[in-house]
Amino acid sequence: MEYEVIIGLEVHAELSTKTKIYCGCTNEYGSDPNTHCCPVCTGMPGALPVLNEKVVEYAVRAGLAMDCDITRESKQDRKNYFYPDTPRAYQISQFDLPLCVGGKVDVNVEGENKTIGITRIHIEDDAGKLVHDAYTGGTLVDLNRAGVPLIEIVSEPDMRSAADAVAYVEKLKGILEYIGVSDCKMQEGSLRADVNLSLRPVGQKEFGTRTETKNLNSFRSIARSIEFEIERQKAVLEAGGVVYQETRRWDDEKGEGFSMRTKENANDYRYFPEPDLLPINLSEEYIENIKKSLPELPESRKARYMSELNLPEYDAGIIISSKALSDFFEEAGKVCGNYKAVSNWIMSDIIRASREYEFEYDNMPYTAEQFGHLIQLIDSGKISGSIAKTVFEEMIKTGNEPEKIVEEKGLAQVSDEGAIKEVVDRVVAANPQSIIDYKAGKDRALGFLVGQCMKEMKGKGNPQILNKLILEILNK
Amino acid sequence: MEIRREDIEHIADLSMLNLSEEEIETYTKNMQEIVEFANQINELDTENTLVSAFASDAYNVFRKDEVRESLSRDLLLKNAPSSNGEAYALPSME
Repeated sequence: MEYEVIIGLEVHAELSTKTKIYCGCTNEYGSDPNTHCCPVCTGMPGALPVLNEKVVEYAVRAGLAMDCDITRESKQDRKNYFYPDTPRAYQISQFDLPLCVGGKVDVNVEGENKTIGITRIHIEDDAGKLVHDAYTGGTLVDLNRAGVPLIEIVSEPDMRSAADAVAYVEKLKGILEYIGVSDCKMQEGSLRADVNLSLRPVGQKEFGTRTETKNLNSFRSIARSIEFEIERQKAVLEAGGVVYQETRRWDDEKGEGFSMRTKENANDYRYFPEPDLLPINLSEEYIENIKKSLPELPESRKARYMSELNLPEYDAGIIISSKALSDFFEEAGKVCGNYKAVSNWIMSDIIRASREYEFEYDNMPYTAEQFGHLIQLIDSGKISGSIAKTVFEEMIKTGNEPEKIVEEKGLAQVSDEGAIKEVVDRVVAANPQSIIDYKAGKDRALGFLVGQCMKEMKGKGNPQILNKLILEILNK
Repeated sequence: MEIRREDIEHIADLSMLNLSEEEIETYTKNMQEIVEFANQINELDTENTLVSAFASDAYNVFRKDEVRESLSRDLLLKNAPSSNGEAYALPSME
């Protein structure tokens, strides 16, 4: 039987506020265990939470950037569950009045445009981290992450494949980075997704029973876990079995998912309005001010790159996929005035070098301004395109200004006709056969002579002048 | 509303408590009394009362996003029944 795949995602993003959601402990990643803790975030009796105003602002920013309606009168709710990562024995989340509802984002999957609906975005606190203690075989609890602010973005069941889901998460990541509310570092767990997935026979209206695979923190594991779950459910249904509603985990090393809990009553969270926190009432003015402060979003940048700077859609799409890369493009382009050249370098050398040397776009060894200067050196004829590659490698290694590298290494292009003529005469005299070949119609001979001259000049000869002078001799 | 022993078993399960037969019986009775006590509120006439989750009229009580000093780890772990000096130590949760 043919099945249709139905996927909905819950994406958790840690907000990049300075402090936690309900206390003044720092929201910094990667410190010693249990050093960012206080009575509030460790759930000491009598400690009272106070909501961080930035958390509300960031959630509203995200909501507006994803076309949501902002809830004017909202509140927080208590979600009860008993587990050592949550010392209060409840998470503070939002139940029936989330801050943002009813949004959407547009994605492009393999050339096809799709709209993915967003059901809601709510605020909540993250849990602590449980670490397996290899020494004792026990479990260690680190509460630095307890109380880190999260937004949970819940999608409509609008996705039909792993590719759809990956495109959607990439899109969310881009938006959250652009509006500066989350650093979205997936390897640090600041962006993670839960995948709800079910199958139904093609043509059937009702959804099948869905499973939820939790805590996927890379695009690869999102895609692979979806492929795995589709095949698993298909096999169950085709064997005449029943898919159980259950929570599942994905083991990325083994490449397989497994069931975590099937107990029907395990999800009885007994939500009720959080009595320690007062309602959130947002004015039109507050929402309007946030709307006005939103920066240009990736889609709009992409359109501008295509219409104003004449970039191909593919190139524009790659550049806007990272805010840091897009910012780099704009700044370097502004410095040198040659956006097309910057884009060409990004698509080839910059992307390659970032992979080869393993640096992130927000932490490149050269600045956008320095890179703009490199393009200026090419455009002004001071260095050739091939020498520029050498200078670029040197910029990566030293972080020096390109002008300085050119000067110190003596890489400036020679455009002095007299000096070039000297080399050309010498090379042509040493290769008489090339002249005969050229006259016999072998154009390759020209390329050979240019190459030989360039070699003599260590790549620094001005190629246009070189070409011109050789042709003058050959056509004599 | 009648509290059944299954309700107590369910709540114990959610709280990860192992209750004895005797305890289940006691708590079923206790819980019945608590619910009956709370049910007194239903006698009130709320026809003309607005639905509200809060007793206070206050709203938007926020905190500035400014870092304050955290507790020292030694102090924090002082109350831990068991720790390795850096983290709370538990039996295996794997």
